[in-house]
This record gives sequence, structure tokens and C-alpha cells, in this order.
Amino acid sequence: MRKPFVYALLVFCSLLFIAPLFWAVTTALKSQTELYLFPPKWIPSVWKFSNFAEAWTVQPFNVFLRNTVVVTLMSTLGQLISCALVAYGFARFAFKGRDFLFLVVLATMMIPWEVTMIPQYMEFNYLGWINTLKPLIVPSWFGSAYFIFLLRQFILTIPRELDEAATIDGASKMGIFARIIVPLMGPSLILVAVFQMMNCWNDYLGPLIFLNDQMKYTLTLGLSQFKGMYGVDMQSIMAITVLISIPPLAVFFFAQRFIVGGIAGTGIKG
Amino acid sequence: MANTYPRQAGESAASLKPARKRGRGRVTPYLFIFPWIVGFLVFTLGPLLFSLVISLFDWPIVGQVHFIGFGNYTEMFTQDPLFWKSFGITLKFAAIFVPLNIIVAMGLAILLNQSTRGNAFFRTAFYLPSVISGVALAMIWSWVYSGEYGILNFFLSLVGVQGPDWLNDTRWSLVAMVLASLWGQGAMMLIFLAGLKGIPKDLYESASIDGAGTLRRFVSITVPMLSPTILFNLITSIIAAFQQLTLALVLTGGGPMKSTYFYAMYMYENAFKYFRMGYSAANAWFMFLIVLGLSFLVFKSSEAWVFYEGEMKRKPKRNARRRSG
Repeated sequence: MRKPFVYALLVFCSLLFIAPLFWAVTTALKSQTELYLFPPKWIPSVWKFSNFAEAWTVQPFNVFLRNTVVVTLMSTLGQLISCALVAYGFARFAFKGRDFLFLVVLATMMIPWEVTMIPQYMEFNYLGWINTLKPLIVPSWFGSAYFIFLLRQFILTIPRELDEAATIDGASKMGIFARIIVPLMGPSLILVAVFQMMNCWNDYLGPLIFLNDQMKYTLTLGLSQFKGMYGVDMQSIMAITVLISIPPLAVFFFAQRFIVGGIAGTGIKG
Repeated sequence: MANTYPRQAGESAASLKPARKRGRGRVTPYLFIFPWIVGFLVFTLGPLLFSLVISLFDWPIVGQVHFIGFGNYTEMFTQDPLFWKSFGITLKFAAIFVPLNIIVAMGLAILLNQSTRGNAFFRTAFYLPSVISGVALAMIWSWVYSGEYGILNFFLSLVGVQGPDWLNDTRWSLVAMVLASLWGQGAMMLIFLAGLKGIPKDLYESASIDGAGTLRRFVSITVPMLSPTILFNLITSIIAAFQQLTLALVLTGGGPMKSTYFYAMYMYENAFKYFRMGYSAANAWFMFLIVLGLSFLVFKSSEAWVFYEGEMKRKPKRNARRRSG
């Protein structure tokens, strides 16, 4: 293909992808009078940064923020610890039923969440966990198939000679894991942390099903309640939309090279 | 201390006690994968079987539970028009979304693979929407689609088209859902891009020397070499299409006139609006089987159209393994 043609297409497509985001940001900064105009005004004549503060106080967003941070941090910590341990178990030991169990790990990725959602809801209901943050945190402490797979593939690339040398020096299996494997797993652990943080921060269906008291809401749930709320205008909705999108975007920019490599890896191996 | 933790104390001197070491060695791996085993039983296998069981019951969240055999299944197939309606809508959505998703993601990846300057910028632009929450995405699009003030209709007015009121027009609401879903295709594009990078450059060079044009090279090299990636993305897209729920809930609420009432939403409402847990579980199993069936068909058909380069490379690979092992 001709270079200028490719270039023009790239510019055109990227405008299509960026325009809605740009539009959301400028809407969040508009004053009431400029909101409903056609043709739309792209750049507000006055940048109303106070929209953010006003929107934030319509609902208890400070509480939502705290809940979201608690869930995100706790579940990410859980994923990192559990998945690293399990991945090490699968990567470094020969035990009875290992290959079958690993196949089961992979197979669970195929099961749609909808099928297990109702029994899980009933389990958590039985435990009295509905309307607490526990259903959003506790399952992460038992590993997730995709991350286990990802980390196992990574551990397989670490030379076994290191383990053997450590064994001769008297290290236990746990010692090898903690002092040799984990420090070498850096990039893959960052990838798991980034994916889990984003999933968790952005999650909507989990909080929607398991939480019903407003004081337990997460940010996405709070944002979704805005729709149809009396007297809430588009600039407030867009202000919150922009604010809750900043952390995942920031994480993305910080960890871009890990993400691009990580997703690409899935495709090749998958 | 040594008495409290005899196993740890024995760890360094393990070689002195071979019998005990062997015993412990057999248990150790299971200790490492123990979290997954528990999680699998409690959060996956248990619920999976339980879901099959409750689908045979009239199971309200509070009140009496009755065994009704296949009653839920016969009800949804024969007495529930919403079941067929929502299933039809999801099929229609999938039929439009899946091919478009593949085409858009692959098209963008091919553009990015032309190694133009500023590639990293364009790649980021295409991927950004997939980073934000589905709720944020739905909120942004509800504003973009605004019939009177939205930017979509503004762009259309520039080329002289009077755009519809997207989300309130039964003829356009499903198309609106497809467009908004396509906006979040980033991950798929990256997978395609990785697939393209894996195609050896010399294939294109020798084809050019033989006089093959752009189209010919695309059809005879790019598509076959990319076919395993297409298969992967096709199956992921089908699963995603059937699970689309957030957009329906936040963007349209299933409306107008239930024109975007997806199957996942039907299932969700049966469970959490009408609290018919047994019925909803039956709905879920039906969807699971349909998705499995479709994936299986696609996978079966792939024997005819997927080209595995590994079949050419197998020999050198085996040699390499023998050398290292």
C-alpha cells in the first residue's frame, strides 16, 4: 500500500477512536449554557474545573472511592500471591495428575461467568456476604486460571539450574520460590497486577449483583446510578466518567510495554 | 522453636532422612496448588454442578423450593416469548458484531503493521478505549449518540446526512450497540498485530518478485498465515457477543421496545429482578451449550481454513528439543 494513503487512514481512524474521549473531557469542563448546542462547541469558552468538585458531591463518591481502592488492592494482592504459588506448583513439580489438573485450569477459562453467577450469589448469600466487599475480594485469593497460565509459562523460562544450585545449598522449595523464582518473575507479576487492577477497578457486574447498600458501592456502580437521576446534567456524568477513567489510563501509560507484550503473548500461545 | 516447627528444622538436613523427605515431597506440590484446588471446587466446579441442579427446581430466593424436573426448560422453550425474542436479538447482534469486530481489529492491525512513523501513537489511540470501564464507555456513548446534541449526528450532518435518534429508534439501537462495542476492540487488534509480526518478511518479498500485487499478497500470504489468530479471535468474539450485558444495562436498559434486550440481560433480570434462580440457571445452561456448540462448530470448520505453520516447522523444533534434553 502507498505510504500517504496508509497514513491518511491511520489519522482518520485514530480520530474516530479519540473523538468520543475528547468529547467526554470537554463536556466535563463545559458550563450549563454551552452544553446543549448544535453544532456542538468542541472547546468550552470557560473551563469550569469546578464541575468535577460539584459532581463528586452529588453522591458519596469519597465512600465509593474508598470501597473501590480497598477491593482493588486486596484482590490484586490475593491474585499475585495465590497465582504465583499455584503457577510455581505447576511449573516446577512432577506430581500425579498434574497434566490433567492443568488441563482443568485451562478448561475453566471457557466457562461463562453467567453459569456460575447464580450459585455463587447463593453461596455468598448463605455466608451472609451479600452487601459486603468480600465476594469481590475473597475469590481472588484462590487464583484465576488465566493468570496461573500466564505465570506458569513465565516460570518455565527460568533456568532450572538455579533451583538445583539452591537445593544443593540447602534451600527448601518454599525458599527457592521466595528467593529465586519470585524475584525473577518481576515483569510477569507486574502484568498480572496491572490486568487485575484494571479489571477490578472497571468491574461493574460484580458490584451490581453483590452490593445493594449505597455505602458499599464502588465507583462504577455509583456512576451508573447517575443515569436518570433527577437534576444531574451531562457535564456531571462526564466529569465522573473522566475522573474514574484516569487511574486505568495512568496505569496503562505506566505499564504499556508490559500490556502490549502480554496480550500479544496470549494470542500466540492461545 | 525447633520443636514447634520440626518440618522446617528438618528441611536443610533433608538428605539425612530420605524416607521422610520422599513422603513430604509427594505432598509439597499439592500444597502449592492448594489455593487453586479450593477455589476451583468452591467457585467453579461446585457452582457449575449446583447451577445444573437448581435449573431443575422452582427456586425463588426466599420461600419454598420445588423440584419441577425439566419444567424450567419446557417453560422457556414453549411458553416464554421473551426467551426467543432475547435469544434472537443476541443472535442478530452476534451476526453483525463478530464479523465487524474481526474486520476492524484486523484492518487496524494491518495498518499499524505498515511501519509508518508514529506507530506507537496510533496503536495507543486505538487501544485507549479498551482501558476504561464498560460503564464509562456506555456513558460516553450515550452522549455521543444523543439525537439532538451528539457528535455522531454532528459528523453525519457534515456530510449532509440527518442522523437518527440512535438510542430511541428501534431501527438503529442495535446498530448503536454494535458500534459502541467495536470501540473497545483494542485487545483483539494487539493480538492480530502480534500475529502479523510473526509472518516472515521474506514470504512477501519473494511473492513481490513473482509479481504478486497487494491484494494477491493479502489473500495468499496474510490471511492464511494469520488464520490461527483469526480462529482464536473468532471464538473470543462469539463468547463476548453472547455475554454482552453491561452495555445493555447502562446504555439502553434493553430498550427501546426491548430492541436491545440481550439474552444476557434476560437472564440477569430473571435472576435479580424476578428472583427466579432456577429459571435463570436454566437460561444460563442453554446459553453455555449454545456458545460451546458454536465454538465447537467454528473449531471443526477451522480444519478447512486454518493453516498451521507449525506443521512445516515441526522438524527443526523436535531437533532442538532433543539437543537441549
